Amino acid sequence: MAPSQPAQKQKGQGAVKAPDERQPAGPDYGRVLIDTAITALIALAIIGPIVGMNASAPQGGLVLEYRWGTVIALVAIITIGRFLLHLLVWNRPGWVTPQHVKRWGWGAIAVGVVAILIGMFTMDAPLGFLAQIHESLPAWFVAFGVFALLSGIWLLVSGANEVAQAKGVQSHLARTLEPFGKYVGVVMLGAAIILPFIPGVDRRIVDLAILMLTYIMLGWGLNIVVGLAGLLDLGYVAFYAVGAYSYALLSTVYFPLWFGDAVTPWTFWLVLPLAGLLAACWGLILGFPVLRLRGDYLAIVTLAFGEIIRTILVNWYSFTNGPNGISGIPRPSFFGIPFTNDDKGFAATFGLTYAPLQRIIFLYYVILVMALITNFVTLRLRKLPIGRAWEALREDEIACRSLGINTTSTKLTAFAMGAMFGGFAGSFFATRQGFVSPESFVFMESAIILAIVVLGGLGSQIGVVIAAIVVIGAFEVFREMAFLKAIMPAGFDPTQYRMLAVGIAMVLIMRWRPRGLVTKRNPSIFLKEKKAVSVDLVAQGHG
Amino acid sequence: MEYFLEQLINGITLGSIYGLIAIGYTMVYGIIGMINFAHGDIFMVGAFISLIAILAIGLTASASFALLILALILVLAIAMILASAYNWTVERVAYRPLRGSFRLAPLISAIGMSIVLQEFVRIAQGGRPKPMQPLISGGIELMHRKTELGEFVVRLSSIQIIIILTTLALMVLFTALITRTSLGRAQRSCEQDMKMASLVGIDVNKTISITFIMGAALAAVAGLMFFLRYGVIDFYIGFLAGVKAFTAAVLGGIGSIPGAMLGGLVIGLIEVFWSAYFSVEYKDVAAFAMLAVVLIFLPQGLLGKPEVEKV
Repeated sequence: MAPSQPAQKQKGQGAVKAPDERQPAGPDYGRVLIDTAITALIALAIIGPIVGMNASAPQGGLVLEYRWGTVIALVAIITIGRFLLHLLVWNRPGWVTPQHVKRWGWGAIAVGVVAILIGMFTMDAPLGFLAQIHESLPAWFVAFGVFALLSGIWLLVSGANEVAQAKGVQSHLARTLEPFGKYVGVVMLGAAIILPFIPGVDRRIVDLAILMLTYIMLGWGLNIVVGLAGLLDLGYVAFYAVGAYSYALLSTVYFPLWFGDAVTPWTFWLVLPLAGLLAACWGLILGFPVLRLRGDYLAIVTLAFGEIIRTILVNWYSFTNGPNGISGIPRPSFFGIPFTNDDKGFAATFGLTYAPLQRIIFLYYVILVMALITNFVTLRLRKLPIGRAWEALREDEIACRSLGINTTSTKLTAFAMGAMFGGFAGSFFATRQGFVSPESFVFMESAIILAIVVLGGLGSQIGVVIAAIVVIGAFEVFREMAFLKAIMPAGFDPTQYRMLAVGIAMVLIMRWRPRGLVTKRNPSIFLKEKKAVSVDLVAQGHG
Repeated sequence: MEYFLEQLINGITLGSIYGLIAIGYTMVYGIIGMINFAHGDIFMVGAFISLIAILAIGLTASASFALLILALILVLAIAMILASAYNWTVERVAYRPLRGSFRLAPLISAIGMSIVLQEFVRIAQGGRPKPMQPLISGGIELMHRKTELGEFVVRLSSIQIIIILTTLALMVLFTALITRTSLGRAQRSCEQDMKMASLVGIDVNKTISITFIMGAALAAVAGLMFFLRYGVIDFYIGFLAGVKAFTAAVLGGIGSIPGAMLGGLVIGLIEVFWSAYFSVEYKDVAAFAMLAVVLIFLPQGLLGKPEVEKV
């Protein structure tokens, strides 16, 4: 059984051919070794010059600073990793069955947990005996434990999948988790509503939650364009920027100019819809010329538009204040009541003691409501003819046109809708930060939003939530990984590696789960009974 | 007139660099129908490898001209080989497993790869721009005129001559490779119909790999030229250069190699003349707007064939 299985698992990674049928005894170790050697060579070619020789300029002129230790370590990790993958996955020895893999997975998880616990408890007194031997030793334990834990989970899942595949049933894990799927949304919503009042939740957590919700809202907005209508938009951040700058300029310059101080407390609530409308207009303006383009051309042109808008923001000094940005953007008020520490403030009006956290919590609920509105509107739109038309367009544009759907206006509405929600999120961003500058609207931002939508599963609302929490949470985790600092060379900063991790995640998700984390979709139309369908039946992003 | 001539030379130089990058886009698009979003970053990697190789060899402007040229050829060879290794790996890791996946999957994976390459170089080499003294100086004076404001000299610098000659030589070599050799035949057949090509015994995977390697080698040449001409690089140059080169590929007609070169020249000239006569700040806007205009009004490009959509 086992020797013929790895052939299918190969997925084209290895140059190594599966053992042919005449020798079912085991893998061809010669080929495995040759492949590993080639891997090492290529890794050396790639890592060697760029990592090993740093062109730095300590005293003006460029000189090379050599770092061969890092190169050797990285190449060794890659080579050994590939070799282990050969042995465990692609070219397993004959006696290893998926059951073994599962058992090893459990073993690795156990080892990982024990190592993490040992590492954490021995960092300081009274159990600090490991730290006494060498101060970075506990950190090494934690790092090793995390690695063992992750690879254990991976082994377990892949082993379980293989067992299930061999039996022709869904894996045990998927079967156990499936009934809970329905409640994930409800539980998350409940948690989101009570979050600020859970004991132990401080400002940092609420701030993080606000950030996550902003990205969830952006993800939901982009999901209309990419997930529902199937138009790949790489310049989504342009609408975010339009929203933010509209809010910033209207609230700091034009509203005081037009209306004086009379409307100041209400600025946020008056400008918010305007900013959304302006962003939607920009969606129409930018969408109009690009709509005859096919998927990947559309992607590049939207990217170009995103960059054009950013360049204009940087260079139109008299209007946007250029790279310096706009500061002093008014904070939102509680429907006219400001969050200040005086008699007219929010706290005094409602008989509470003043705390700065009140404003943050209010902001939290504002973005929560805005995000939920985005979700609600999207869900309802899917049931309207226009939403059906979006999805039909995604499935097959030619069929759509021959059925009499006006593809131009359908695409335009999707674009404008997505842009509008991007604009709302942008206004919120502006009012939360109190400061906007072109720095915040670079292509990387578009890439992060797209990564969230893609990781979650194009077209899945709950997937976007999970992915946003994972991505933004992971960013935070990178900041927290202090134990890595202890074992890495001096000057190591985990936050530097955030975007690298996003890029790697995008590639890996496309390779192993191209349909995203959530692979079930709610059908927009059904006969008799509503049943989630697998995404394999849903076309995605034909453009 | 002198000013115009000078800008014309600058435009052709810049256009040659864009053209070399554009060939990589156009070949990959022609053969597997995807935008290799990471190609601009391969150009950037090529520039960085050139810089590192120059430093490792210890090349300075004080070397004699013949030695300098020999050393630069060595640097070029190193950059081409290593950039090829990069692009080969990118194709192997991020694109090949996705062949036959849904349409946007390779593009998203390519965006991921582009981020990975940029961040890899940023982390390994630092985010600051890397400036270097020009290695090659000198040139030919084309025109010399005294005006009341002072002397106005139109020069064709040695670097510009080298860039234009190298590009021309590579173009000739490349066209010969595509039209005369069995490798080129294999590539063209894969372009027409991958399944049929594999049925008549062409190793499609190998052909695609070689296409990526060739594209990367040309991008590495462009990287070295860019570095020699402008003397400063950073990890972000690949993004802008990539989008502009892609514009060039589309303008010339995607899939057409002479088209890519022509498109590169046009984009280079537009950018240089826009900066010279209108505004430097908005030169990128001009290039991007050009991309939109071309795609909307001339989607098949200057030398491309119109695409027929089949059901």
